[in-house]
Amino acid sequence: LPAAVLLKDMKLMDVKLGQLGSWLAMRDFTPGGILGAIRRGHERYYNKYINVRKGGLGGLSMVLAGYVILSYMWSYSHVKHDRRRRYH
Amino acid sequence: MLSRLVLRAAPAALRALPPPVAVGVLHTTRPLHTTQQSLAPVPPLPEKGGEVRHGLIPEEFFQFLYPKTGVTGPYMLGTGLVLYLLSKEIYVVNHETAAAACILTVIIYAIKKFGADVAAFADKLNEEKVATALAMKNEAIQTLQTAIEEEKKEQWRAEGRSYLFDAKRNNIAMLLETNYRERLLMVYNEVKKRLDYQVAMQTLKRQKEQDHMIQWVEKNVIQSITPQQQKESIAKCILDLKALSKSAHAAV
Repeated sequence: LPAAVLLKDMKLMDVKLGQLGSWLAMRDFTPGGILGAIRRGHERYYNKYINVRKGGLGGLSMVLAGYVILSYMWSYSHVKHDRRRRYH
Repeated sequence: MLSRLVLRAAPAALRALPPPVAVGVLHTTRPLHTTQQSLAPVPPLPEKGGEVRHGLIPEEFFQFLYPKTGVTGPYMLGTGLVLYLLSKEIYVVNHETAAAACILTVIIYAIKKFGADVAAFADKLNEEKVATALAMKNEAIQTLQTAIEEEKKEQWRAEGRSYLFDAKRNNIAMLLETNYRERLLMVYNEVKKRLDYQVAMQTLKRQKEQDHMIQWVEKNVIQSITPQQQKESIAKCILDLKALSKSAHAAV
């Protein structure tokens, strides 16, 4: 009989769609919590794709692709003007 | 090491818990460490990283969509997304697109051509690093082994300490014996000297008594010889001499 896990301890993939709001509200949004979340995310990515014996291209290229997409999103308001429209 | 931490934390945690109903029963309201955690030896690095398809999308995405859409699902999703972005002009085609296309072509060509060589070179560097570390580790182990051997040898040597102590004890016994005999000799000499002195004293006394007595007797005898006796003795001597001379004349 598996022990019932509290909502705030469940992983994101196990949270049902209806519980998403309350799950997000229960997360730790203090600066320390955010820093911890960043650190955990970084460690997961690092240990999965970079800290291996024979690392491939994907580890680095995914980071660069993410950077490209993010910078495109930040500069969209400037790129808007290059659209093919009569009235921008 | 962590188990030691747990062992130290456990009594404090147990004290923090409410007092137990029955003494001697361990109340586990929180699960203690059940796994065998330890920080050493460190597990080795995984051989290969997570799978990434086309260098951009992790394999987990394809596996996530496989049950519902099969093999072509993610590609259909990708195509649909791209067409949507283009048609709605969320992605705008401008001079940057041309630049990006040229750059990406060059990059992909370079990767396809030189990727394997660069990977081999990097692997070689890694191998060397690991080899040096391994050599250091082995050397350390070797030194420790030799140290263990030396230590065992020293322990074996220390077992002979009883012989050493016996030899020392013999030495000391001999010293004591020698000392004793020297003193014995000294005592003997001293006693002999004193006894000799006593003997010499006695002989001297007797000699002196004898000499004195002889002298005294002679003195008295000479005193007792009166002149009358002296004349008589001289006359007797002359008569004796005459008799003797006669007998001597006769003999010749």
